[in-house]
Amino acid sequence: MADSSWLERFPQMSRADLTVIRKSLDGAYRNFSREYGEAIESFFEPLLQFLVWFEKLLITTPWWLVLIVCAGLVYAASRSWKLVIGSVVSLLLVGYFGMWEDMMRTMSIITVCTMLAIALGIPIGIVMARSNRTQAIITPMLDVMQTLPAFVYLIPVVMLLGIGKIPGVIAVVIYGIPPVIRLTNLGIRLVDKEVLEAATAYGASTTQRLFGVQIPLAMPTIMAGINQTIMMALSMVVIASMIGVKGLGQPVLKSITNQYFTLGLLNGLAIVALAIIFDRVSQAYAKRTQAHLQGFKHD
Amino acid sequence: MTEPLIKIQGLYKLFGENPKQVMPRVKAGESKDKILAETGHTLGLKDINLEIQQGEIYVIMGLSGSGKSTLIRHFNRLIDPTEGVISIEGTDVMKLSSKELQDFRRHKMSMVFQRFGLMPHRSVIENVAYGLTVQGVPKEQRLAKAQEWLDTVGLNGYEQQYPSQLSGGQQQRVGLARALSTDAEILLMDEAFSALDPLIRSEMQDQLIELQETLHKTIIFITHDLDEALRIGDKIAILKDGEVVQQGTPDDILLNPATDYVEAFVKDVNRARALTVETVMRPPARRITADTIGEALQQMKKIKGDYAYHVTEDGYQGIVTQDSLEQASKANADEQFETCEYQDVPTISPDAAIESVITDSLASDFSLPVVDDDGNLKGELTRKSVAEVFAEPEESEVDADSNKEALVSK
Repeated sequence: MADSSWLERFPQMSRADLTVIRKSLDGAYRNFSREYGEAIESFFEPLLQFLVWFEKLLITTPWWLVLIVCAGLVYAASRSWKLVIGSVVSLLLVGYFGMWEDMMRTMSIITVCTMLAIALGIPIGIVMARSNRTQAIITPMLDVMQTLPAFVYLIPVVMLLGIGKIPGVIAVVIYGIPPVIRLTNLGIRLVDKEVLEAATAYGASTTQRLFGVQIPLAMPTIMAGINQTIMMALSMVVIASMIGVKGLGQPVLKSITNQYFTLGLLNGLAIVALAIIFDRVSQAYAKRTQAHLQGFKHD
Repeated sequence: MTEPLIKIQGLYKLFGENPKQVMPRVKAGESKDKILAETGHTLGLKDINLEIQQGEIYVIMGLSGSGKSTLIRHFNRLIDPTEGVISIEGTDVMKLSSKELQDFRRHKMSMVFQRFGLMPHRSVIENVAYGLTVQGVPKEQRLAKAQEWLDTVGLNGYEQQYPSQLSGGQQQRVGLARALSTDAEILLMDEAFSALDPLIRSEMQDQLIELQETLHKTIIFITHDLDEALRIGDKIAILKDGEVVQQGTPDDILLNPATDYVEAFVKDVNRARALTVETVMRPPARRITADTIGEALQQMKKIKGDYAYHVTEDGYQGIVTQDSLEQASKANADEQFETCEYQDVPTISPDAAIESVITDSLASDFSLPVVDDDGNLKGELTRKSVAEVFAEPEESEVDADSNKEALVSK
């Protein structure tokens, strides 16, 4: 009856074959990381330098100066005193509960990650909006980036670069970049065809169309993407702490393993406070710069 | 006739994946539906041949799906044809490189869109200056020029508003000002007034005609509204299923519809408003040129009828009846004509719309004399021909023939 056994049991490949595949893949990757690990590491060296410098800057600056700068930035972006007061109070509270330094670390890495995601994501989104073929190629990659458990792509990154800030940044960027790419693409594709046609009819070049029409009109959508990216980057803080990124994530990790309820809650709430500040400020900024599109509309 | 400014020859447009391969079937004369069913290609335009003279308003008319918007996009190559020649001022537009095409669009043509196509994120004045911005004209210069055109279209004071704050009619004025501010010779207007209320639309039509009187642009105007086409067009081409079914002057199309399709269109038109006296008047058969009453009476007797138009070297003088001549000749046949012999009948201009002369025509016992600005008698307008204008076109074939004569005679 050996012939029909596949009816009852799934006909899987033999254990030996699987081992061969695993071994050869692992071996190949290990060789690769041995060969190029250093080169890649030195490639990221400037970024690491910057990260360290920025983190140090935030921590060594007196807390009140940081607070003043933050309040200034919030006001510059939103022009709302309510938001400024809310932000300052929540930052003070976080500091009062002893999480100031961790918060600064988190803030520095999130800022850098968001900048990177925007700097990479918007051009990718623009390229994607250019042709349906690039969209067809990039979309499944974004799906994978968003659904693949972070740990899975952390493994090769850690193998290549060890634990530390850079792998953390890479993980956060991979996880956080899809929204800004997707929404840049969407925003540009949704630009009114007739407006674009008008630009073409008046002899606008590709660059003039992109910067004069497409990006400005896609801006509200792009801003929504940036906002989502910030949120997703913040939600990665805890996972990033598993590969040695210091900040608000590490105490949370510690509380999970040791069942410290209050410590976990406090740090979790601090992350939430940061998220809300980032969210409200970026949204207020987006709304303010697009003011002429809303408001006094003719009906 | 001078060399046309724009010449389109044998233009075909097939939408689909492999238009080149399907072209032979189109050329073989297969129907649009058959080609779509068997190859999945949509025939957009078929064998279009147009010649557009400098300074005229050329209207392309057709219902939705007739290919008119596709056709107008070929002039500045927003759409590339599958086959055919587009030549403008002797330049083959199809042979331009992308850089040259860009330059061509900047300086030679501008376009007005059905849904305005304004940039919502730019203020009104920046929108008007857009064409100049693209050309790289310095800011001060382009804003000054934009201001000028904004004033011309009557939107002074709206400079800093955004398009969404304006009404439809105002937005289209911005669109028009934008098109005019580049000083392009050719103006493409894609259903420019179709999205507007009837009242605003006729206002805009008037404005366009008024502007055209001073600017003398070459305007290609797309519309689905025959009334609009007749009102502003110097020439009209009627498009159906991607083919031109008739080309000609408005009167031509009204009086001699080439196919049933055109006729169905023409039926709903207010002919009394669209036709001018000139198109339906008859050549003046009863005219007398005598100096004295006696001669006049002799000439009169040769003419059928009991009245005639008196014409001298100075042009039209007035209407005299046989009765009054006979009365006068009893007194003195050698006497000169005098004004008092003339009947009290108004004269009408050949350019007047039929609509405007109905009352005069019905009130008078005589056919109205048609007199041009120089005082020459051009023809007569019988009450019968006025009545024919209102008759159903297909019921009056005999009249159509006489109308044709009238057209030929002018």
